Amino acid sequence: MGQICVVAEHRKGEIREITFEMLFKARALCRAFSLPLTALLLAGKDTGYADDLARWADRVVVFEDDRLETFNSDLYKDILNRVIRADRPFMTLIGHTSWGMDLAPALSVKTGLPLATDCVDIQAEDGRPTVIRQIYSGKLFSRVSFKESPGYLVTVRPGAFLVPDDTPVLEGEVMKQDVPVDLAEPRGTFIEFVDTGAGEIDITQADLLVSIGRGIGEEENIASIRELADRMGATLSCSRPVVDKNWLPKFHQVGTSGKSVRPKIYLAFGISGAFQHVAGITGAGTVIAVNKDQKAPIFRVADYGVADDLFKVADALKEKLAGA
Amino acid sequence: MNIIVCIKRVPMTQEVDLEIDKDGKGIKTDALAYVINDWDNYCIEEAVRLQETLGGSVTAITIGSEDDEEILRRALAMGADKAVRIDPGARELDGFVISQVLAKAIQGMDYDLILTGVQADDDNSGMVGIMLAETLALSHAAVVTDVQPEGHIAAIRVELEGGMDEVSKIQLPSLLTIQTGINEPRYVSIMGIRKARKKELTIIPVADLGLSEDDLTPRTRIEEVFLPPETTGAEMIEGDAASVAAQLIKIIKEKGVSI
Ligand SMILES: Cc1cc2nc3c(=O)[nH]c(=O)nc-3n(C[C@H](O)[C@H](O)[C@H](O)COP(=O)(O)OP(=O)(O)OC[C@H]3O[C@@H](n4cnc5c(N)ncnc54)[C@H](O)[C@@H]3O)c2cc1C
Repeated sequence: MGQICVVAEHRKGEIREITFEMLFKARALCRAFSLPLTALLLAGKDTGYADDLARWADRVVVFEDDRLETFNSDLYKDILNRVIRADRPFMTLIGHTSWGMDLAPALSVKTGLPLATDCVDIQAEDGRPTVIRQIYSGKLFSRVSFKESPGYLVTVRPGAFLVPDDTPVLEGEVMKQDVPVDLAEPRGTFIEFVDTGAGEIDITQADLLVSIGRGIGEEENIASIRELADRMGATLSCSRPVVDKNWLPKFHQVGTSGKSVRPKIYLAFGISGAFQHVAGITGAGTVIAVNKDQKAPIFRVADYGVADDLFKVADALKEKLAGA
Repeated sequence: MNIIVCIKRVPMTQEVDLEIDKDGKGIKTDALAYVINDWDNYCIEEAVRLQETLGGSVTAITIGSEDDEEILRRALAMGADKAVRIDPGARELDGFVISQVLAKAIQGMDYDLILTGVQADDDNSGMVGIMLAETLALSHAAVVTDVQPEGHIAAIRVELEGGMDEVSKIQLPSLLTIQTGINEPRYVSIMGIRKARKKELTIIPVADLGLSEDDLTPRTRIEEVFLPPETTGAEMIEGDAASVAAQLIKIIKEKGVSI
């Protein structure tokens, strides 16, 4: 049956936001292609997730089994492959998350369906989808078409489709399905979740964040910005490369795999504005970016920008504050 | 432990005005400098470290032209034993075709682990590694930040969103896509790269791999590359550093933050 499917993502008792974002976008696509919307749920038993999803889709197809409680690529891939082969959905959406990055490319090879990843828009064109992606870390966009196929796979960037509060709810039908008896033998075993974000300071509580990125260049240069932050009464945060190099501990990291922050002011020094970083600052009141590169994507999301050397600006700020 | 690492050379695009090429489907690359993909640098380091403790060999593979051999030499200088360059000629490649070419080249090799970067800095697609795993029917995990092999199993850590990791075990042979920060890649000197010239570098034309036309047909195609749509964007603050600083302080205070 022609339909658009969304693979629901969940963790630790919750459906993850990306699922609702995909369902929201898929609803518009369903209207464009005149197709019904199906949410696919693979989960442990008695989660209540299906009822949450039913408000957003025409139907929810549920596979429940203790083995599906946490993501397992072999099991999830096996079930989704069977669903896709049997029901031939026109398009299947999966989140561009750690989970989706593991699942979608494998599913594409297994089903033979073409895949486009990390899409920020999906459009309907002559009965076929085309997608919009960002390349070169957001400096350019590309419009990508698919080779003709009975179905298409798309992974969707988290945060690309925000769900408006007034989105009307549906009353989808929940359909429980039997988990195949001859399910694949999983080659991976989940052990535990580990929280990596806790530490001495909590950047999520700060009103003023002074944040440094790879543009800081050398570890020794951090002292100068730390001094500025101290003088401003600000908390120091950073982008991923600074943590990767062990220059600051992980609890300073802002972004998808770090923390989401909501300061009144976010002052970004030498940060390019990759989506994984920017996703962490959507709650910031005012974003000020200092970057040598006038075309840095961060200037597209910042409220104020300074296209200059960060050290020059930081030194001038220190001087002004000392004089004030 | 025999390890294969798949690596890519990418253009450096920071602080550069990217220009769209004349057919509108790519960028002008002649003026760009190239480096090894950041994620792949961590991959090589991880492979070399595993080999240093567990023995075995490390083979680095790239698909590309002679210019791309630069990153293979770099991998050899970091400690890889062998390098392979697959020459695609004028073929159009997408993530799927790349994964099929790699799979054919790797098929007959002896390996316990294949490592690739999570994604490449240019196309940001993050699909090649896992497509390769599935084609070779290997267990796999994406966005890996720790690998500890023990016999036929490896304990791994996968980075999830929101400051959360997942610890799991995976059967070997396996393919893992490696996340930045997993280690600290070693420094490679020009001297080291020169010395590495003595190590084995094999070149395989893609035609020699015996791939089917289907395997070599891209499943996605870039129709158009364009500049980001206009947004209101940042209000740019101009002037000398002192006046910029004064304006920034004023803005910060206006937003109710005392400094
Ligand atoms: C699964 C996954 C999860 C991720 N999670 C996160 C995350 O949580 N947080 C995160 O930040 N990233 C994350 N990333 C990485 C992200 O994709 C980018 O690689 C990263 O955000 C880039 O950091 P950056 O902006 O500091 O560095 P770059 O992109 O290298 O940018 C540095 C910038 O500094 C500028 N610059 C250089 N020197 C100067 C100077 N002297 N003065 C002024 N400007 C200068 C340059 O013009 C450039 O724009 C993740 C990636 C993946 C794949």
